Amino acid sequence: MQKHMQSHEIDVKYTPKDFDSGEEPRWCPGCGDYAILNAVRQAFSQMGIPKEKFVIVSGIGCSSRFPYYMNTYGFHGIHGRAPAIATGVKVANPDLSVWVVTGDGDGLAIGGNHLMHAIRRNVDIKILLFDNRIYGLTKGQYSPTSIVGQETKSSPYGVIERPMDPVILALSQRATFVAKVIDTDIKRQIDIFKEAAKHKGTAFVQIYQNCVVFNDGAFEDFAGKEVRSERLIELKHGQPMIFGKNLDKGIIVKDLKPQVVKIGENGITKDDITIYDETNYMLNLLVANLHYPEFPEPIGIIRRVREPTYEELLYDQIETAKKKRGEGNIKRLIQANSWEVSPS
Amino acid sequence: MEELIEEHRRSEKRRVVAKFAGDSGDGIQLIGSQFTLATAIYGNDFAVLPEFPAEIRAPAGTTYGVSSFQIQFGGLDILTPGDVPDILVAMNPAALKINLSNLKPDTIIVINEDEFDEINFKKAGWTSIISGEEKLDDILSKYSVIKVKMNQLVVEALKDVNIAHKEKVRTRNFFALGLVCWIFGRPLEPILDFVKEKFSKNPEVKKANELALKAGYNYGETLEIQHKFTPIYIPRYQFEPGKYRYISGNEAFALGIVTLKEKLNIPVVFASYPITPASDILHYLSAWRNFGIIALQMEDEIAAVNTAIGASFAGALGITATSGPGLSLKSEGTNLAVMTELPLIIIDNQRSGPSTGMPTKTEQTDLLFAMYGRHGESPLIVLAPTSPGDCFNTIIEAARLAIKYMTPVIILSDGYLAMGSEPWKIPDIEKSISKIQVEFYKGDPKNFTPYSRDDETLARPWAKPGTKGLEHRIGGLEKSNVYGKVSYDPQNHDLMVKMRSEKIRRAQRDIEELQVYGPADAELLVLGWGSTFGSIRAAVEYAISKGWPVAHAQLRHINPFPKNLGDVLARYKRVLIPELNLGQLLLLIRGKFAVDAVGFNKVTGTPFKESDLRQAIEKELINLEKEGKISKHIKIEEGGAKTYAVS
Ligand code: SF4
Repeated sequence: MQKHMQSHEIDVKYTPKDFDSGEEPRWCPGCGDYAILNAVRQAFSQMGIPKEKFVIVSGIGCSSRFPYYMNTYGFHGIHGRAPAIATGVKVANPDLSVWVVTGDGDGLAIGGNHLMHAIRRNVDIKILLFDNRIYGLTKGQYSPTSIVGQETKSSPYGVIERPMDPVILALSQRATFVAKVIDTDIKRQIDIFKEAAKHKGTAFVQIYQNCVVFNDGAFEDFAGKEVRSERLIELKHGQPMIFGKNLDKGIIVKDLKPQVVKIGENGITKDDITIYDETNYMLNLLVANLHYPEFPEPIGIIRRVREPTYEELLYDQIETAKKKRGEGNIKRLIQANSWEVSPS
Repeated sequence: MEELIEEHRRSEKRRVVAKFAGDSGDGIQLIGSQFTLATAIYGNDFAVLPEFPAEIRAPAGTTYGVSSFQIQFGGLDILTPGDVPDILVAMNPAALKINLSNLKPDTIIVINEDEFDEINFKKAGWTSIISGEEKLDDILSKYSVIKVKMNQLVVEALKDVNIAHKEKVRTRNFFALGLVCWIFGRPLEPILDFVKEKFSKNPEVKKANELALKAGYNYGETLEIQHKFTPIYIPRYQFEPGKYRYISGNEAFALGIVTLKEKLNIPVVFASYPITPASDILHYLSAWRNFGIIALQMEDEIAAVNTAIGASFAGALGITATSGPGLSLKSEGTNLAVMTELPLIIIDNQRSGPSTGMPTKTEQTDLLFAMYGRHGESPLIVLAPTSPGDCFNTIIEAARLAIKYMTPVIILSDGYLAMGSEPWKIPDIEKSISKIQVEFYKGDPKNFTPYSRDDETLARPWAKPGTKGLEHRIGGLEKSNVYGKVSYDPQNHDLMVKMRSEKIRRAQRDIEELQVYGPADAELLVLGWGSTFGSIRAAVEYAISKGWPVAHAQLRHINPFPKNLGDVLARYKRVLIPELNLGQLLLLIRGKFAVDAVGFNKVTGTPFKESDLRQAIEKELINLEKEGKISKHIKIEEGGAKTYAVS
């Protein structure tokens, strides 16, 4: 088997503590980042990947301090460039498990281009986008995901820009793995991170992350403890799209039109509810476009398909070229079109 | 030496400047490179200068759509592509028009008469001819002119070839090439071999080009019979024995990178973004996948440098190539490599700026930008190859330095080196280039700290991700000395800033001393850097042949400077620094050494002419003389103020 096809899985037992760098996080008390850090440490300890194979690359922003708190290889890059740096890491050594931690400003504003192209190439990197709809580290300006009307330091009269939807951006580049999750939901994060690690190709995970200081409660309307079972829908491949505390609601997609229905009303049964298919691109796009309050907010794995990764294709091309044209001979290459001057 | 120079001067005819000019759709670059090949095989030394419009398909027939290829060749050491053509091949009026201002009375002009019609005069904007104010023949009467009906002649020669009429006419470039080959007695075989290979999939086109080439060659005999025009004999150059090829700067970089792949015990990752005049490096490396080269085209310049940095972090050698606008975009990433102290090579093929400037034109205007174009104190190594072939040596040296000192290295090449070419003695890759053995940190993980330093080089250890126990974090934030923890401590920052600077200074130990060429008692030093080597050396050789007290030194190392530079500068009454910018090296030299240096600056988008430099040298000698700074045995001859004599 080729080098890049090697499996990471080995028999190692870690605890979340093994991934603690000992550096004390400098996030504000109560910041959603703590929960994500906790989930990532737990998930990493359960992946069966040797600790030294993890590389976490980040950009700039509150979330991008993440690598310092993980006892793995880490590269705290520059604003927006983490996907490009991570691409270099992965291409140079496909054996590594490469993770990008970015935010809505870092990944979608200054680094939008790199994010988009890394996804398009399907580089085997895992991108965690902490979305708090605000710039935290620069103290409270609006970000590309801030909602219209949001009052921030740089939009005292309210944001006039329409927000970007990171999941739709990822899908527009035909991402091979897209998921969405909420910071407080540790269990689901662990599951999704583990699935992301298993996935060959770019895994893009949007995490709604609460910034207690500059945008507190941004996701409370649908992610709050009291309401979440009614206002979130967890997508499960091959399962009907059902939600609600009593699992009595569902989504039916018919003629490209999604509709929320109540099971047991108007003769609707569980069998009428549309089955979610994480490989159906059109359905993925449609469901990713559902948002609270018109619809329950979808979370979980939105899309997952296996396609060749960038570095697989690259190394395969190298191997094929070697087979077809023979292993490159530097001496011959450098002497192309040469002539000999003999001693006179 | 003196004798050689004397001979050089006496036998000006032993070198020839030929220029092919035509529309950018005329295949001028192709015949230029084929003439170069024939010249190489014939056994002349040479230097070439291709020039073409930035537009891919500039409107046909216009002056700004003219593409040209100039080559100087001969039986002696050829240092530049030459100033003024001895022979100009003009395939259309536009090509003639723009070259008229740079010809001499004995220039031979070959024109394709079939293209000199009213339509093409119009396209060339040659209003004086259209209005009848001027006659072409009057203009041409000052020169030796060979008018050839190339379109008709190729159609006639190709009458049995089964291709469209238009296609037949297109082969006229090979006709012109054949004719020039006859004039200078070049062999056709290497060109025929090339045609055979290039058009192997299209036998009719292959045949057409072969016939056109031969028709052009045979036409020379017609010339001889009708006009008593005889071929011009150019003696061969005494090359040192060995294997040669001709090479452009971009080829040399690409071959150097493949060589690095062989010599290094780590992977090479080349990440780049298309930009003129650096894209060819990406093209070559992408085609050489079977060498195991990882060459990536990224989404932008920023991604290219950051991907290269990521690769270096992972234990490979990251390399990127660009030109001015791209270097601007890479500034931020380069700084990250300075801060994280990772090896990285950035090739900058300088071109005319500012902004988009003149993309296909050459300049040396990025020197200060390479040195200081990053925020903060951001020292790195800057190298400057002096010829196309030297780009090969330079990238190998860059890799050694980048790895040894854990630092980014910027290589300042330029459009002239990138696209120009010269004969190059092929090095014995096995014997003459030693292995570059990277040693990742392999001590006890317990003792590993990412910012401890080598006593001698001050380089920090390179720990490869994937190595058990060496997990560590680095990044753009300032780090504490030794431990590499995020640190905002004022004393620590002061220490780290000085440490990074001292580390680059120490690279001086690995840099060759500056060589000076010229008489020991010279009073004027001409100091150049990078690609101007050939034109400066040619002008200084001329000055020396006149007995003038002039010496030449060319810097290949801009940062750090060679350690003897200060001593060298101190030996001269004056230092003349010619640069294709407004005095950037001059600023560094005056700032660092407080010497009496003056600049000679030209920013036309073209290399220096040897004649410009001769004049600059003369002028400076006259100044020195006027200031009474020239030793008494040198004097200016009465009245002339042009000639120096050793009394
Ligand atoms: S500013 Fe907001 S996002 Fe940043 S650390 Fe504080 S709470 Fe977290």
